[in-house]
Amino acid sequence: MEKVRSHLMLCAGTGCVASGTAKVKTALEQELAKKGLAEEIKIVLTGCNGYCAEGPVMAVYPEEIFYQKVTPEEVPMLVEEHFLKGRPYQKLMFREPEKKAAIPGMKDIPFFKHQVLRVLRNKGLIDPEKIEEYIARDGYQAAAKALTEMTPEEIIKTVKDSGLRGRGGAGFSTGLKWEFASKVPSEIKFMLCNGDEGDPGAFMDRSVMEADPHSVIEGMVIGARAIGAHHGYIYVRAEYPLAVKRLRMAIDQATEAGLLGKNILGSGFDFELDIYLGAGAFVCGEETALMRSIEGKRGMPRPRPPFPAVKGLWDKPSVLNNVETLAQIAPIILNGSAWYRSLGTEKSAGTKVFALTGAVNNVGLVEVPMGIPLRTIIYDIGGGIKKGKKFKSVQLGGPSGGCIPEHLLDIPVTYEDIVATGAIVGSGGMVVMDDGTCMVGTAKFFLEFTADESCGKCTPCRVGTKILLDMLTDITEGKGKESDIATLEDLSRDIITTSLCGLGQTAPNPVLSTLRYFKHEYESHIHQKWCRAGVCRNLTTFWIDEKLCKACGACLRACPSKAVVGEKKVPHKIIQELCVHCRTCFDTCKFNSIRILPAGFDGDPNEFLAKTAVGAKEEK
Amino acid sequence: MPKLTIADLQKIKEKYKADFTLREGGYTVKIIVHMGTCGIAAGARNIMTAVMEEIAKVNRNDIIVTTSGCAGLCAKEPLATVELANQPPVRYSDLTDEKIREIFREHVLGGKPVEKYALVTGCETTY
Repeated sequence: MEKVRSHLMLCAGTGCVASGTAKVKTALEQELAKKGLAEEIKIVLTGCNGYCAEGPVMAVYPEEIFYQKVTPEEVPMLVEEHFLKGRPYQKLMFREPEKKAAIPGMKDIPFFKHQVLRVLRNKGLIDPEKIEEYIARDGYQAAAKALTEMTPEEIIKTVKDSGLRGRGGAGFSTGLKWEFASKVPSEIKFMLCNGDEGDPGAFMDRSVMEADPHSVIEGMVIGARAIGAHHGYIYVRAEYPLAVKRLRMAIDQATEAGLLGKNILGSGFDFELDIYLGAGAFVCGEETALMRSIEGKRGMPRPRPPFPAVKGLWDKPSVLNNVETLAQIAPIILNGSAWYRSLGTEKSAGTKVFALTGAVNNVGLVEVPMGIPLRTIIYDIGGGIKKGKKFKSVQLGGPSGGCIPEHLLDIPVTYEDIVATGAIVGSGGMVVMDDGTCMVGTAKFFLEFTADESCGKCTPCRVGTKILLDMLTDITEGKGKESDIATLEDLSRDIITTSLCGLGQTAPNPVLSTLRYFKHEYESHIHQKWCRAGVCRNLTTFWIDEKLCKACGACLRACPSKAVVGEKKVPHKIIQELCVHCRTCFDTCKFNSIRILPAGFDGDPNEFLAKTAVGAKEEK
Repeated sequence: MPKLTIADLQKIKEKYKADFTLREGGYTVKIIVHMGTCGIAAGARNIMTAVMEEIAKVNRNDIIVTTSGCAGLCAKEPLATVELANQPPVRYSDLTDEKIREIFREHVLGGKPVEKYALVTGCETTY
């Protein structure tokens, strides 16, 4: 047996692959061979490590040194310094933003330190393409237990008692769902997995499918046993090629090893699993639409009841669970429901994975116990707002969710608390926005998405989202009307109450939540023709405060339309006729000397700004 | 791969234990070979190879090997440090292929430090 003294866990998730994992791997192989270390140091390609912003990332064991932004050019030095001479290579080590000292160990990095891994238990620790590595980390032990030691009723009771709720967005009790389907008598039933992740900015499910495909398969085997299904599909979008490849490989390996197919582990239980590729329509994430899509029909939802547990795929009783939900199952079966409940809150048990993106320093995938305050996720794990800017809002739940303002950041992340704010936990997309974000524009962005993705079957959603979008577009272009705010609110409620499926029922949420917390922005857009964030081009006048201008020339050089004039030691000015309102000067200025005023502003800027400053009473 | 039984799952787990001892911790012996420029020049590479061979021979999952830089005693290279769980580390100097294999048998496997080759006990840092 060859002795290997060190493992280099090189991330091969989609993010790091895009940043150059393949080239780094080749360079590492060549360099290790050159130094005669190829036999004793093993390179392992892992699934998404979660720290995507700084990819390609690599963790070195046993020392637990974490390297980021590894390039082929740095590899020779890295190999010589660390793997030959044993001196961790400072240059590529993690540094806390704003701090100079390099932090060596994974356990010392705040991004990793605050996380609790259950769903992502194998992330960065196993090679997802080798079933043996999954088995070595207790893989398929839970399936063995469920198939040979437990009755379907016991499995359902354990999952029900664990308090696990669907991680796809709706948060329905997984155990109850299984119980409903188990009680419907039928020769044929289906166990399905929803991998049709589609929220903008969300990539939790993709990462799980890529990093640990067997955890999803094992969850499905256990679920199939619980409800009495012998066939299953994983519905995954074709835009996830790496996830599809790894799932295919995992299904083949599991079938060959007798962990799928006939007589699994000699238990007499049969379960066959297949993959169905979706074409990427957002509505196909809705369960009835997803099932129609697998049937080969156009993916459109149908009214419920009957619920899929009674009449699902091909009118047979079916259970559809989200990827992350299924990945939680094996540890629950192995460790029991009390263990699962040891984290989280009474109604929101366990952990949840979030895709943390936007204006935070540490963009990536994080798994935290439910009940943790939003502030901890954004400031401790996320490392705060990029470039020292001010926090404005965090968007949770994608197009079905809403924007949460600063004063609510201390609420715990649970299904109920988040819903009370007007957002939803959803599938776990968490987009952080700084003060350079226009909230009307944010609502418009999500409505563009839902109006585009509406399947068109029911009128409120098909026409309603379009009208909402048109009104929002008008407001951002300076054509907003006095009555718009009331109309937006009324129409939003109509769409919510009359739409057929979850897409329409939640599509107005981004409008309602921004109206709830950022109404003043709508009002200044409509009344004053003023986009305070400087995003809506028709609603801005950029003005340089000569008292603050240091005449450094930065904005002058950056301006694409040469609208800034001035020279050294002469405060700069903006020629309004030439200005294209791109905000480049504002973002470039280091001295905070550029102000954003309403469109066509004519008057004393200082007086106007003093009157409308934050804290000052707004003019009605 | 043949169809697995439940017993096979356990066997696979055992077989891969060494890999996960490395990644998750839980080792009981750590051997550090000092591989600074001085160490490499004095033959640390051969020491490392010898250690790796000895571990492969005994097929133990709980022994790990790492490298570290110059220990500051360039004249006494090659150096190696052996750390057994709950015991102070012992640093050996002026090593040769034969010496390190003897240390491996006596100290790593037998638990008794080889005093004649030992330089110091304890360590300023245990990386």
